[in-house]
Amino acid sequence: MTIQQERHVLVVFPHPDDEAFGVSGTITTHIQQGTPVTYACLTLGEMGRNLGNPPFATRESLPAVRKKELLASAEAMGLTDLRMMGLRDKTIEFEDDEKMVRMMTDLIEELNPSKIITFYPGFAVHPDHEATARAVVRAVRRMKDRPTLHGVAFANDTLEKLGNPDVVYNISDVRTQKMNSMKAHISQTAWMLEEMEHKLQQGDTETENWLMQERFYNYRWDEDFEKSF
Amino acid sequence: MELVEVKKLQVQLDAFAGKDVYLHLETTNGSYASHFNEGFFNAGAFIRNVVINYELGKVVGDSPHRVGLKLPHGWVYAQGITHYELDDQGRLLLAGHDGTGKLAVALEISETPFSY
Repeated sequence: MTIQQERHVLVVFPHPDDEAFGVSGTITTHIQQGTPVTYACLTLGEMGRNLGNPPFATRESLPAVRKKELLASAEAMGLTDLRMMGLRDKTIEFEDDEKMVRMMTDLIEELNPSKIITFYPGFAVHPDHEATARAVVRAVRRMKDRPTLHGVAFANDTLEKLGNPDVVYNISDVRTQKMNSMKAHISQTAWMLEEMEHKLQQGDTETENWLMQERFYNYRWDEDFEKSF
Repeated sequence: MELVEVKKLQVQLDAFAGKDVYLHLETTNGSYASHFNEGFFNAGAFIRNVVINYELGKVVGDSPHRVGLKLPHGWVYAQGITHYELDDQGRLLLAGHDGTGKLAVALEISETPFSY
């Protein structure tokens, strides 16, 4: 599938690096097509567990490390509108739900995106991912003219419950930018990248496909995760 | 951070005794524990910027160490502590890092609130 021209794309994820593995190729492509892209990153991943042994950072110094990595990832993708929303890692689901919807509505009203990318509620594994997805879906649900809503899903039961993704982009053309986005988050991705590069060197086609294809699900309003909010 | 040396850490713990200090305490298996290992019972706890005043602080055992703080009406303790640091803001940061470099436990005390 080719990535369509959009008026504006809004990407909403809770952690620096959430954009890197599954979406950075799509973001880069939109930007190269001249579509304005805004990435709202809700936290600085303050609670990340990868601190090394021997440690390269402490619980208190990690946020500054990850902020720098997030800025580097944005640069790798060519992204100029990065919003750091100031919430704290692992606390999003405990925030007031209406406040979270309001935060998303404010972004949408300001930017008027024709497409929004976030996690798919119910299939996003991490509590922050789920809380982010719920807030975005609720904000979009209230709109008269809803933009395209693409969800990233990776829970173990995704294939069983949602089937195959209905949006699959081949992002080979921006492979370098995607690799650089992933490498930008080196404090959190080092072990994963090492494993990945090892598999790629061995000619593992599954890894190659995983890397070159980015997969999304159009949000299914007829199977909404809740009746109302 | 450096590996805990009991005598050195004990001096630091003593220095904060009898003072109002802000506490950060967390234990975690990570949010993906039940994703990678279905059926894993994921439990953890987190507390940040609660003020305590301990009368006695002790570091005990071989690495990974246990650290306990005795309060007038209670206790704080953490197990699995491997590293510590008195950072540039004078905060005492203790952490337990597992063999893969992942943080499993943190216990931190500071005379000023930890940033949000």
